[in-house]
Amino acid sequence: MTENTTATPDLPAAVAATIGVEQYETDAGFDAEMGYVWTSLASVENGNPLFWDADVAAELTGGPIAPPSMLSVWFRPHHWQPGATDNLVPLQVHFDLKEAFGLPEAVMTDNTITFGVPVRPGDRIRSRQVLRSVSGPKTTKLGAGRFWVIDVEYLNQRDEVVGVETYTGFGYKRDES
Amino acid sequence: MSLAPTLTLDQVSVGDALPELAVDVTATTVVLGALATRDWRPMHHDHHFATVRNGTKDIFLNTPNQAAWFERYLTDWTGPHGRLGKVTFRMRDSIFPGDTMVFRGVVTEVSTDDTGCGWVAVDVTLAVVGEDGDDRTMTTGAATIAIPVGPDDNPWARTSPDDWKP
Repeated sequence: MTENTTATPDLPAAVAATIGVEQYETDAGFDAEMGYVWTSLASVENGNPLFWDADVAAELTGGPIAPPSMLSVWFRPHHWQPGATDNLVPLQVHFDLKEAFGLPEAVMTDNTITFGVPVRPGDRIRSRQVLRSVSGPKTTKLGAGRFWVIDVEYLNQRDEVVGVETYTGFGYKRDES
Repeated sequence: MSLAPTLTLDQVSVGDALPELAVDVTATTVVLGALATRDWRPMHHDHHFATVRNGTKDIFLNTPNQAAWFERYLTDWTGPHGRLGKVTFRMRDSIFPGDTMVFRGVVTEVSTDDTGCGWVAVDVTLAVVGEDGDDRTMTTGAATIAIPVGPDDNPWARTSPDDWKP
């Protein structure tokens, strides 16, 4: 068990039992690489020379690194791969909760990222997920559902923490009236 | 020859406003951002799914891509020596194609930690500004970013948990 967890009294036992428990420790299945770095930079038109100029990278970071905000890129599974019978999803705990509560829709509302050592090309990142809390029933303009908080911890192949990400999600059922 | 920092801690004060960044959002912005972050969920590329299933007015910017936009916004200001320590943000509403998003930031704290690392805390917002001047805040957040305490300092040189405490 880990700290900073909150159980809501009306939770199903199966959900309550997972609060604070490390789940789904997963290897990304691929190495961090600059192709994705440049695609990410292009998507936000980020011209930071640290990521484009090898001399700047050599001087400041001892070689190329990935932008810190790309943390979650390195744990998202391929949309499809040989042998897969269904589309693979990241943040499996989030999807487990949608299913457990019968909430077909969900959005993320809050995101906190704390950055550790930089990710470098060739690093193999693995992640693990911890459910921190689940709210009681709530109604928003999207519909009726519940909020939940999930931590994802990322480590490199040297067991160094490259970052910790905290998501708040809202799973809901649309109001059809 | 070493690269001089763009910004050092002594040049920053509480209350300083970062330059605004305005970006016109297109469907390409949303889809490219989703795919660049390996986010294959259909509400970020499939208009029909987003509107019919999710009940939103269009496909919308995904969470990790917003993080990438905030990083770009902050390091445009600090230069390459700037090293993000922590970013937190709350999305009140979604960003859609056709929106003009405007990033703003204000320095809330300037400090040096017990390892000698210089930190700037910034409150950041992402607003959507309409042609009629309507200015709606869609995402609010806060970031801490390490910047050099002097011309010879480099926050990226901090490599262990003992001297990197975001």
